[in-house]
Amino acid sequence: MSISVKDVEHVAKLARLSLTDEEKEQFTGQLNAILKYAEKLNELDTDNVQPTTHVLQIHNVMREDENRPSLPIEKVLRNAPDEEDDQIRVPAVLE
Amino acid sequence: MSISKYETVIGLEVHVELHTNSKIFCGCKTSFGASPNSNTCPICLGHPGVLPVLNHRAVEYAMKAAMALNCTIATESKFDRKNYFYPDSPKAYQISQYDKPIGENGWIDIEVNGETKRIGVTRLHLEEDAGKLTHVDGGYASLVDFNRVGTPLLEIVSEPDLRSAEEAKAYLEKLKAIMQYCDVSDVKMEQGSLRCDANISLRPYEQKEFGIRAELKNMNSFRGVQRGIEYEEIRQADILDDGGVVVQETRRWDDSQGKTFSMRGKEEAHDYRYFPDPDLVSVFISDEWKARVKASIPELPEARKARYAAEYDLPSYDADVITSSISLADFFEESLKYTKDAKAVSNWIMGDLLAHLNASNLELSDVKVTGQGLGEMIGLIEKGTISNKIAKTVFKEMIESGKAPQVIVEEKGLVQISDEGAIKAIVDKVVDANPQSVEDFRAGKDKAIGFLVGQVMKESRGKANPALVNQLLADRLKG
Repeated sequence: MSISVKDVEHVAKLARLSLTDEEKEQFTGQLNAILKYAEKLNELDTDNVQPTTHVLQIHNVMREDENRPSLPIEKVLRNAPDEEDDQIRVPAVLE
Repeated sequence: MSISKYETVIGLEVHVELHTNSKIFCGCKTSFGASPNSNTCPICLGHPGVLPVLNHRAVEYAMKAAMALNCTIATESKFDRKNYFYPDSPKAYQISQYDKPIGENGWIDIEVNGETKRIGVTRLHLEEDAGKLTHVDGGYASLVDFNRVGTPLLEIVSEPDLRSAEEAKAYLEKLKAIMQYCDVSDVKMEQGSLRCDANISLRPYEQKEFGIRAELKNMNSFRGVQRGIEYEEIRQADILDDGGVVVQETRRWDDSQGKTFSMRGKEEAHDYRYFPDPDLVSVFISDEWKARVKASIPELPEARKARYAAEYDLPSYDADVITSSISLADFFEESLKYTKDAKAVSNWIMGDLLAHLNASNLELSDVKVTGQGLGEMIGLIEKGTISNKIAKTVFKEMIESGKAPQVIVEEKGLVQISDEGAIKAIVDKVVDANPQSVEDFRAGKDKAIGFLVGQVMKESRGKANPALVNQLLADRLKG
């Protein structure tokens, strides 16, 4: 599998990144190098290995349905770039 | 437009908010209507370095709902990240389920035009809700309230088995009733705890493949769902009639204009790049756990309906209306502890009670009348203490004050007069006062007796026993 400039443009668009032509070339090369390195794993025979999404063999970690205190509104808004009426103000989102 | 040439194909995607105490991955409250951003914490706000922990009850509710929809329950279920940028999602991804949902391959039986139809349920999965955006007047900005972020949400996807707006509405109503019986959600469309998107396409009747579909959003009421689909049927039929091609897109239903509009921008590649959430581990669902949850599912609408038909001989239509809401069904059964006349109870519920609730846009819990009250009131009619006509007054009072029918009858002096002597006195008075009507009746004008009966009832302020009035009046006129 190899990455084309088109793939980089697509991923950049999804990540809301604006790249120059130079950067697109640069990242295409870097991403291909990373993939190539990861391809080494294909040398392993994984026919009898279960797919895993975690390194830890634990499951069913759950909490009881109980309330804990929420943050005071001043703290909630501390990281907001802008606010109005205790809400976070963002550029207009048109549907 | 020739809509009859085409068959409509509809699949519904329904979201149901679970009414747990806390959110799906943190301890914040899930209450509706709290002041903006007051129910938020570093976890649901998506601050770096926090660790979500799954709410046990949310999983059980999802299992319960999936079982009630006849789904196969997963042995292993897991959570995935669905990546997208939108200001209603503080993490820029939603924790959802991709390839291992809680339930799959279920069904719901619906009834349309007296026929039962089975609608497939493709899957039911658990995810977190997003925040709420308000668009500021003038359109210069949008405001974000994150209170709803992290409310546990079920997504229930149907097979494209629905063939009309009416079937879609019946499916949604049945789904709502089942969720309500299971007691996992408030299922209030007007508060957003039940939401519905529809995929809709048309195809010529002889065609096997599905046509190109549009996805309909923003239908905020049962009526909206029906109208939105009906509008879309006509819009697509017009396009096809003109030899055009329906564009695959998301469209927004505008209820006030009664139209759907293209939501450009939402078309941006549905590339959500799902991947397993590394912060959450798998959930293994043992047979014991399944059995325990299964045992907690109460009698569902279908079963109650069948029982009402068998036990009380209730017509299918009545049973359908009464079991459509668990509170009505419970009210019905409560009434029957005080009277044996199920049909009378059903008539009062479907008549006076629902007429009042619908006219005032109220829920049963908003009015004070109880099942016991209705049952006892019907008992008073059976005993002849009050007439059907007086009962209407009593029932109205019960709705408002919640007082027992006996109390209302006594307080207002509504006891039916069944004393022959007392009625006879009124009959004599009315006959003496209306010689013309008496003459008309004797001359063969049968209608005249109706007038005289009316006068007697009026004189008794509606309290005279109507059967006795008829009898005594007839006796008097013959004599």
